[in-house]
Amino acid sequence: MERMSIRIDDQDIETKKGASLLETSLAYGIYIPHLCYYPDLKPAGSCRLCIVEMDNGKLVTSCRTNVKEGMVVRTKSDELDRLRRPIVEMIIANHHMDCRNCGKKGKCVLQKIMAYMKIDKKRVQRLRLPKEELLPDESNPFFVRDHNKCVLCGICVRTCQEIEKLSAIDFACRGNNTVIAPFGNKPIAESVCVSCGECAIRCPVGALLPKKTGRALSEIKTICTYCSVGCSLYLGMRDNSLVNVRGDYESPVNKGILCVKGRFGSSFVHSKDRLTSPLIKKGDKFVEVSWDKTLTFIADQLRKYKGEEFALIASSRCTNEENYIAQKFARVVMGSNNIDTTARLSDAPSLAALLNTLRKGASTGYISDIEKASCILIIGTNVTQSHPIISIEIKKAAERGARLIVINPLEIDLCRFAEIWMKPYPGTELALIMGMSKVIVDDELIDNSFIKQYCDNFEDFKDSLEKFSFGRVERITGVSREILEEAAKIFATNKPAVILWSEGITQSSHGTDNVLGIINLSIITGNTGSGSSGLIPLFAKNNTLGAFDMGCIPDFLPGYQPITSQKVRQRIESLWGNSLNSNPGLTLTEILQAVQKGQVKALYIIGSNLLLDVAYSQGVREALQKAEFVVFQDLFLNETARYADVILPAASFAEKNGTFTNTEGRVQGIERAFDPVGNSQTDWEIICKLAMLLGKGGFDFSDHEDIIKEISEIVPWYYTNEIGSYAQRDKFILTPLQYRPPEEVSDIDYPLILISERDIFSSGYLSRKIEGLEFLRAKDYIALNPQDALDFDVRDGETVRIISRWGEVKGIAKITVSSPPGLIVMDFLEEKILQLIKPALDPVARTPESKICAVRIESLKESRDE
Amino acid sequence: MSSDEQHKVLVCQGTGCVSGGSEKIYSLLQEQAGRSDGGEIHIKRTGCHGFCQQGPLIVLEPEGTLYTRVKTDDVPEILQSLLPGGKLLDRLFYRDPLTQKAIPKYHEIPFYSQQERVILRYCGSIDPEDIDEYLAVGGYEALRKAILEMSPEEVISEVKRSGLRGLGGAGFPTGIKWEACRKAPGDERYVICNADEGDPGAFQDRSVLEGNPHSVLEGMIIAAYAINAKKCIIYVRAEYPLAVNRLKIAIEQARRNGFLGRNILESNFTVNIDIFQGAGAFVCGESTALVRSIEGKRGRPKPMPRPRTSEIGLWNNPTLLNNVKTFANIPLIISQGSEQFACKGTEKSKGTAVFSLTGKVANCGLIEVPMGITLRKIIYDIGGGILKGKAFKAVQTGGPSGGCLPESMLDMAVDFDSLKQAGSIMGSGGMVVMDEDTCMVDVARYFLDFTRRESCGQCLPCRLGTKQMFDILDDITKGKGKPEDIELLTELSEAIKKSSICGLGQTVPNPVLTTLRYFKDEYEAHIKEKKCPAGVCMTQKEST
Repeated sequence: MERMSIRIDDQDIETKKGASLLETSLAYGIYIPHLCYYPDLKPAGSCRLCIVEMDNGKLVTSCRTNVKEGMVVRTKSDELDRLRRPIVEMIIANHHMDCRNCGKKGKCVLQKIMAYMKIDKKRVQRLRLPKEELLPDESNPFFVRDHNKCVLCGICVRTCQEIEKLSAIDFACRGNNTVIAPFGNKPIAESVCVSCGECAIRCPVGALLPKKTGRALSEIKTICTYCSVGCSLYLGMRDNSLVNVRGDYESPVNKGILCVKGRFGSSFVHSKDRLTSPLIKKGDKFVEVSWDKTLTFIADQLRKYKGEEFALIASSRCTNEENYIAQKFARVVMGSNNIDTTARLSDAPSLAALLNTLRKGASTGYISDIEKASCILIIGTNVTQSHPIISIEIKKAAERGARLIVINPLEIDLCRFAEIWMKPYPGTELALIMGMSKVIVDDELIDNSFIKQYCDNFEDFKDSLEKFSFGRVERITGVSREILEEAAKIFATNKPAVILWSEGITQSSHGTDNVLGIINLSIITGNTGSGSSGLIPLFAKNNTLGAFDMGCIPDFLPGYQPITSQKVRQRIESLWGNSLNSNPGLTLTEILQAVQKGQVKALYIIGSNLLLDVAYSQGVREALQKAEFVVFQDLFLNETARYADVILPAASFAEKNGTFTNTEGRVQGIERAFDPVGNSQTDWEIICKLAMLLGKGGFDFSDHEDIIKEISEIVPWYYTNEIGSYAQRDKFILTPLQYRPPEEVSDIDYPLILISERDIFSSGYLSRKIEGLEFLRAKDYIALNPQDALDFDVRDGETVRIISRWGEVKGIAKITVSSPPGLIVMDFLEEKILQLIKPALDPVARTPESKICAVRIESLKESRDE
Repeated sequence: MSSDEQHKVLVCQGTGCVSGGSEKIYSLLQEQAGRSDGGEIHIKRTGCHGFCQQGPLIVLEPEGTLYTRVKTDDVPEILQSLLPGGKLLDRLFYRDPLTQKAIPKYHEIPFYSQQERVILRYCGSIDPEDIDEYLAVGGYEALRKAILEMSPEEVISEVKRSGLRGLGGAGFPTGIKWEACRKAPGDERYVICNADEGDPGAFQDRSVLEGNPHSVLEGMIIAAYAINAKKCIIYVRAEYPLAVNRLKIAIEQARRNGFLGRNILESNFTVNIDIFQGAGAFVCGESTALVRSIEGKRGRPKPMPRPRTSEIGLWNNPTLLNNVKTFANIPLIISQGSEQFACKGTEKSKGTAVFSLTGKVANCGLIEVPMGITLRKIIYDIGGGILKGKAFKAVQTGGPSGGCLPESMLDMAVDFDSLKQAGSIMGSGGMVVMDEDTCMVDVARYFLDFTRRESCGQCLPCRLGTKQMFDILDDITKGKGKPEDIELLTELSEAIKKSSICGLGQTVPNPVLTTLRYFKDEYEAHIKEKKCPAGVCMTQKEST
């Protein structure tokens, strides 16, 4: 870094090149008043308070002037005072000066400036004060916008534009009527604002203030428990309560940025609905019972079930250590490999495909590398809604010039940044991907040396592309050959290229093939490696990958060691001191089928709401009723819990220590912020106690570190945090693929295709416990295109019936052009959608095809006049 | 009668005359001239003649008779008068406001005879909707010369030698700007004509666009050739529908005649011109705000330090932005040479200036004068003095950002530098004359009322300051002024002038500062005695 010397207010300063005068000055403890400057935003130079005087008498804004060798600057002078003082006085005259009752008190930048300038309130009285007071905008559940305190510094506008890449707000009107407003100057809750709160934390004054927040006395660093990005955050604590949350600026994952759920969605830990005591069902009611009695009861019951009569559904929200204990319990104590998680429903195909071809289940690149990619392909995922922080990285890359290709039947937010948006008919994505591969192979855009080095079966793969000619692909997918060709060329010629995907292509009857298709595309272009390229699956939950890694899958022991391998079994049997069942267990969908058939009789369900996750929900209900003994262990009493015989209260992420593994494979620590509420206990403690009651050794752990030690023996690579390092990669496998249409196809009786979407404000049961998130999420809608509405005689806002081959539901029709013709769009969170789908399973991953369903729509014509 | 001596009836179709019904007059003349068999009378529409106050105007050629305030009922008699032996209509002649003496020939009317019309030379004599008329007076010859005989560098040095300065108000040397833009690195380059004329009471750009649109187009095409741009944009106010329409017609005609589009005049040079209509924000006349506006963003000036628009402008490419009148000067400089141009005007301000002369002056209208002419000459010789024999009080130049100059400054030469020195600006060429019945506090209040609405709201001094100064001035005119207000206004003015981002904010205090400087007694009377010396403000009523 080049050094240089400058002089500020007679102080000689050695500094580095490239910094602004203001930054340099502040760094050396020389304060220059400023309102519109914020360290991580581009300098706007609009408050004019940071103007300084150069030795040639020129006045410059120090935020927009970079230091130059030999610069001589004055930050205070009579002239500067004559210039700044009237501005500050006018700000004060136009500012709601009720400092004593302001939430920003003590942290307000305007207060700081006033103190620095020694503002004389009498002088302010000379000015004309505004007569009108504007009503604050309190529409957002998480923060208030008070125009009377706004100084129009524009930090919020730039935050929304530069940090969040959304531009939900901007300056509106002109002159002294200027306000910060969302589109049409409507209340913020009616805008596209995603309530991330990044603006509120940057507001220098009290114009944007979080609603329910307190001053923390201590902070605990932990990891967010919603999606699989794994944002690092600080829980602000006061009197054993969580009072605020802030992002961790040191985190390589989120770099301090949080989404609405991360910032405002953690208060479920204090929900009054938390389970606080073990409950045993007596007749129709659940009765509170002591832990000892409850565990003894469970142990007595479980003794009745041998081996594969038992199944355990572990939770992708629990820590790695807890998941390790859970699978060990099933395998060692119960002698069953019937262990799985709800990740089976969305992410198992990604795991299966990655394991088959790359011999590793995780992503091959870092989230922070996305920003450096030259080409990004997004398929079957609405990243902005499901993994908001990753979407910001993608937008950063696109703004910097990366070529962005989106494949999605719906117009997702990222389409705004995309160069190409391909809209295949739902379920036909594989044909499109293979079509792209064919273009790349035919046009000789493949990476020959990479293929030669890492693949043996290129010729087989090449032969399999034969059928994917333009004409066929165009007819199957509805995507024109020109667009397909252009996309393929862009992808092949812009390295490094990264592909991100999620349930849009995995929740399919050929989900594994879909992912294999993507992997093929990545391999032939030589992008399957590390660093800014390769493959990033977007797993659904905070610890989906961790649960996979820990062996919460029927066919693999921790660290993807196949249960079928005798060598593996022998090693682990000796470490665990127990013999293992060599029979690969059942997947979640198969477990539920086996329960219905009476083969599995006892279920231990941890942190999962099967009724809201698994289609066909009527089948799930039947299975839960059929099961002889069901243990349910979670934070809340959900729909599934009602079918349990015993309910155990578990501790939340804020009440325990351990690790989560994010979607890129990064193992990150979480820390206990307060003791488990009521009589709840951490999941691992509960299971270990139960295991010991059942007379098994190897569960006597004193803390999570103890468990980590054991995991490190079983899976030596686990805590080394070598993400995506394919340093010792041997061979990659290309997979010849055929196209199969989705199992659900439209016909004359079911002419429309129903697909589901997610919204940023909802994520399973936890977000439902946050009032504000519930307020903001779009609820219970059935969205359809105006043309379809006309054809099927549906009017906006009417109650309609959606009928599939398997069931029917009612809902409110929302007519919108954002739904493409022929598609009906519903929110995934609604159980309704699970009543309509009786899915076919992917032959490899046994994942149900729950993304699409053929339906028809009928209006009930309730409120019509005729 | 030979065709040379054919009667021509030039009907002004500038906005002022159109609003007085000149379109109807034109069509009636055409209709009825066709029926009369008395001779060959050519009825022709033209752009603004400049003497808008007297409109609708008709000029009879070749005699050069000017008919003023023509009504539709006058049409039959006008045609009659042109017949052999017909008598000119005495009642339509211009009359000297003081002596009431009729002056039938327009070049004898002082309003015209004292002017030096260069930019406006064909406004009022050619049909703006007919390219052939422009060609007939040598139009597009300069373009031919530039493209076929000159290199781009030669064009630029010719413009540089002329000493032409930007006529949008700031007076930046045009040739230097062109050269910088040509040299700036970039794949694409743009030429933009700034026709976002937003000053209240200013209509000179509009008149040029309406009266001789081809002269502006020709200047732009030459500029595009000089800097190697392939695309030109005219940023014109949507409130100027007539100008927009005539530009559209002119662009289409220029294209059909091979002056626009591919391979102009069979050379390798290709350029197109688009029209972009502004949405009515005054600040969008500022170069960076204008560029942002075209880009679809909120029209806000970029703060300094920033690259010049000529280096990084539209879509981050080098962009040459000049005013309408600057472009209109170009064809003349190229065809007649820079020396011819440079011999007019002063040492540092070459050529002519166009003003919209309005207010309490006898002859209102559009005028063109050489740089360096005195204010007195403009107001008294061309303007015919103050209306109704009242006493002169002040003249305000440069629109809402300009200053008010008192009688003592009347002998000052009008050019970029002296106006600035006196506390005013050239601006885009508004000139409002005020008489003894005008209250200077009220005038300052009026302009601040405009600028407080038109401030973009970006920087604090301008946004808060315009509002604050307006409130104070408003209080003073209502008799609620406080003794410390004068000092307060001065303090605020200085802070706003020095700290604002753009030219708007930096000049916003000018009306206040100049009225305080030259008419402080009026402020004091309002504040101390609660009296308005001019009897305009409601001071006394409200204070009792």
